Amino acid sequence: MRLIDYANPTRFLSLSAALLPWIVGVTVVLFAVGFYLVFFVAPADYQQGETVKIMYIHVPFSWLSMFCYMTMAASALGTLVWRHPLADVSAKCAAPIGAAFTFLALATGSLWGKPMWGTWWVWDARLTSVLVLFIMYLGLIALQETIEDPARAAKAGAILTLVGVVNIPIIKFSVDWWNTLHQPSSVFRAGGSTIATSMLVPLLVMAVAFTFLFLVFHLMAMRNEILRRRIRAMRMIEAAGVE
Amino acid sequence: MTRKQKRLTLIGFAGLVLAVAVGLVLFALNDRITFFTSPTDLAQGKVKPGTRLRLGGLVEDGSIKRGDGTVVRFRVTDGVNAVPVTYTGILPDLFREGQGTVAEGMIGADGEFKADTVLAKHDENYMPKEVADALKQSGHWQEEAAKATPKK
Repeated sequence: MRLIDYANPTRFLSLSAALLPWIVGVTVVLFAVGFYLVFFVAPADYQQGETVKIMYIHVPFSWLSMFCYMTMAASALGTLVWRHPLADVSAKCAAPIGAAFTFLALATGSLWGKPMWGTWWVWDARLTSVLVLFIMYLGLIALQETIEDPARAAKAGAILTLVGVVNIPIIKFSVDWWNTLHQPSSVFRAGGSTIATSMLVPLLVMAVAFTFLFLVFHLMAMRNEILRRRIRAMRMIEAAGVE
Repeated sequence: MTRKQKRLTLIGFAGLVLAVAVGLVLFALNDRITFFTSPTDLAQGKVKPGTRLRLGGLVEDGSIKRGDGTVVRFRVTDGVNAVPVTYTGILPDLFREGQGTVAEGMIGADGEFKADTVLAKHDENYMPKEVADALKQSGHWQEEAAKATPKK
């Protein structure tokens, strides 16, 4: 069986129904381990003290906000090039999750910034480009809701998603290209990570846990969206039959 | 070429054009996107006295002098040049000698920078206190000044 066969909506529904309980289980275990490591094992930072704990949720939210956008971009290609119905379901369902994660990345960063930097917000390249990402998500949700015909909404949304991809490298490299108040990358950088192992391990566990959380939300939302579309199709058939 | 390949090529080409366009815009706006100006930029006379700007660099070692009340004087350096700064107000927790800082204000005719906001900049290093102490004791502690060469 080819990989594309799994993308059949009916097969997707049965496969995701079988997998979801396991994925939820893994997510719960990962969060339990992650929170234990963060609160009982990870040491305080030499200059931030306990405020460093915000990093363990801020960084995963930020990574996921970009990961979610790349998922949407891949789905947008699926919609535009292969015209696959599941691709649009995936893109549409990822947008609200991405918006929520981006908002939480901004909010937790702001809470960290006040005691550490001395300000809630500055208009530097990193913060501004992430705010643009948040607005992109809101714009995509609004666009999907505005156009009534699902096929047209899918196409317009896919084009706008692909245009917005240009922002992702800007977010990632903003701290390298321009001087910013936001610190440069600590984990994925040339010359190795600059974060102590005792802090890196809890951070990576949390990052994997949040990735699974995203997967859970995304699969559940996709299942609901597929069922919603079926109801819509049935109603239209029924309405056509009555006349 | 099949229709799928045609669509893929079209999207790829459009993406390339978009990336080049955005790249050019960002390159043109480089000076505006940069969050702060370095002491070397000031020394080279890139900024006229009286313009508002953000000055970024490290707080020079041994340069913090407290005056009356909350008046504080310090020097911001990038390892090459240094600019004296005066500020009245409460400093953020991370503000100390050797730490990165961004001060917002105006440069006076006397060459002194009058800041009305001072922010502390956090670096990308995360480590437990014990590790930091051990590094300092063994003499392997690298002062941030070495890494603070301005990006250009």
